[in-house]
Amino acid sequence: MKKKLAVSVVALMTSVLMLAGCGGGASGGSSQGSGGTAGGVFKIGAIGPMTGDGAAYGMAVVNGSKLAVDEINAAGGVNGFTFEHKGEDDELNNEKSMNAYNTLKDWGMQVLVGPTTSGCCIAVSDLAHEDSMFLLTPSGTALDCVKYDNVFRVCFSDPAQGTASAKYLAEKGIGSKYAVIYDSSDPYSSGIYESFNAEASAQGLTIVSAEAFTSDSNKDFSVQLQKAKDGGADLVFLPIYYNQAALILKQAADMNYQPVFFGCDGMDGILTVENFDTSLAEGLILMTPFSADATDERTVNFVKKYQEQFGEVPNQFAADAYDGVYAIKEAIEKKNLTPDMSTEDICKGLMEAFPEITINGLTSSALSWDASGEPNKEPRIFAIEGGKYVVQ
Amino acid sequence: MLNTIRRKYGFYIVIVLFWLLMTLLKSAGALSSHFASLLVPMTYYAIAAVALNLCVGILGELSIGHAGFMCIGAFSGAIFSLLTKEALPGALRFFLAFLVGIALAALFGFLIGIPVLRLKGDYLAIVTLAFGEIIKNILQAVYFGVDSKGVHLALDMTDFTLEPDGLTLIKGPQGVSGTPRDSSFTVGIIVLLLALVLVHHLMDSRDGRAIMAIRDNRIAAEATGIHVTRYKMLAFTLSAAIAGAAGVLFSHNVTTMTNITNYFNYNASIMLLVYVVLGGIGNINGSVVAAMILYLLPEMMRGLQRYRMLIYAIVLILMMLFNWSPALVEKRRKAVAWLKNKLPGRGKGVA
Repeated sequence: MKKKLAVSVVALMTSVLMLAGCGGGASGGSSQGSGGTAGGVFKIGAIGPMTGDGAAYGMAVVNGSKLAVDEINAAGGVNGFTFEHKGEDDELNNEKSMNAYNTLKDWGMQVLVGPTTSGCCIAVSDLAHEDSMFLLTPSGTALDCVKYDNVFRVCFSDPAQGTASAKYLAEKGIGSKYAVIYDSSDPYSSGIYESFNAEASAQGLTIVSAEAFTSDSNKDFSVQLQKAKDGGADLVFLPIYYNQAALILKQAADMNYQPVFFGCDGMDGILTVENFDTSLAEGLILMTPFSADATDERTVNFVKKYQEQFGEVPNQFAADAYDGVYAIKEAIEKKNLTPDMSTEDICKGLMEAFPEITINGLTSSALSWDASGEPNKEPRIFAIEGGKYVVQ
Repeated sequence: MLNTIRRKYGFYIVIVLFWLLMTLLKSAGALSSHFASLLVPMTYYAIAAVALNLCVGILGELSIGHAGFMCIGAFSGAIFSLLTKEALPGALRFFLAFLVGIALAALFGFLIGIPVLRLKGDYLAIVTLAFGEIIKNILQAVYFGVDSKGVHLALDMTDFTLEPDGLTLIKGPQGVSGTPRDSSFTVGIIVLLLALVLVHHLMDSRDGRAIMAIRDNRIAAEATGIHVTRYKMLAFTLSAAIAGAAGVLFSHNVTTMTNITNYFNYNASIMLLVYVVLGGIGNINGSVVAAMILYLLPEMMRGLQRYRMLIYAIVLILMMLFNWSPALVEKRRKAVAWLKNKLPGRGKGVA
């Protein structure tokens, strides 16, 4: 019996190994652009949660970057070369994200657009740093995401969002007493709250209540809302994702509490929540880099194509990833990088190029970078009026 | 006797051969980096499965909070490594991190065991379930750091301030990051072998016989003078300690533990239980094989894109049928008997 077990173990391991070999050699479901000279393909990988809780964000990043890749290829590519794109699932799990990274590395990835979430990004950046792989995260907002010099990001960092929110509120004089409801189990949410809190006290804003919830208790917010109401808060700051925010808006309306609600980029998408009465979101203010309702040509074109291809309105994750790919294109053109260069050389070239480029993207008309990896772009504030984003 | 030796050492040899094969292939560059990166997780999930099988299969008590013990091992080991990152050389530091992780996980196992293992019935399952959730939530909320003024602990970030020379160890939901990547496949295999030797020897020892006697018939065991609670505590604490070792390997492989809800939650404990059940409850070697294969499967099916989770579920059901369906078990038994006829006679092991 044991012998049989031992034999079957060896047999299984060998077959698995062969499978692994196959996976490493051939490239799986990827979107290769037409044309391109032999060996003249830049391989761009994307990582995000494509299944499970964060699937909406991961799919947006993978789809957004794929759209940009297809567009660039259709328009003649970069310096005569084309992009090849492949997305991998990380299930919102650091360990799986590292596996996804290694899968893409075997595929021949030269530049990584991702991972989508902060925790995964920090874990993968360790590996990317060891391998000298250029990493551009569309939406890894935590401070530590860009601690290595080969890592850049498209989005604002958590502290930048919190600080900018508090500054904006103080400048415009919106509200007099503030309440915060945040997800203490989420690095993104607590990161923003931390910096918001610091800046608010520097600006002399009064925070009457700061109530947390966790991912295990994110359905009923009546206690947090009651505290905000009892404290007399006329503005509730929600540095959280839109799915929970939709519940908060509904429950606030049910208890007849009508403060101004203010959110950050995670709020983008609230109008697409299923079974959500969008009239409740009227008057909601949010600071997000991207509005699908914008009327400039680039955005209109992007939204139309995205809807055609993927059947939904793109959110800021998709826009960040889309801009990221265009930034990489710009940087490659600037330094005349070619696909036959080693990953290290491409990484070095991109690291030099990124602080020098400025692109006209969806999330900013003049998007540029510091050598530290942080983007320079102006925060955009929108209010929801008549079911649309209106620039403030 | 000879059979016993062959039965036990046979599996160790398979593991060593597996290690040798992988190491050779890796140094020859024949392994894809994806597969090479899966080797370490495979070993620590196998170790965790051994730990849980000791509790579920040998002791006969259902635990659905073993991810909690892994979590304790992972965090305490990582914090120890962060504190001594500069002070100690890598190998010694990692060894001590193991001791710290194992000791703390064992301590928690012991503390939980004191009230619960005295009871009859399925109380351990309920308590371990709660324990896993409590540990996860506490570690997710707590801010912990050291500086020249001592140790700082807070549950709210606004109360948490460190001197400039301070070192933040746990940063609330942002967790622990910067743990040195000390785990390697070789270390994982060594720990796995140690865990296997420990559990196998326990099973053959007087203590182990007592533990299994309790599992099979508590009243009869009590009547023969076996101190039931004492032996239950022994097995459960040992099980928690081994899970802690798996946790130390985890944290020194992943290095960044943020958003721990996603990997030390209730589902992770259930996943360990799936490894144990599909490998065979009470079959320690089987759970090692099951853990390795079941960890590999979804990763190897990445080529199938979004369908892989669906297929993974189907594979789980098929494996369950293969292992436990009476009709299939009968067919397998016949196949084995047929094979035995072909081969020179050999006693049947207790698989």
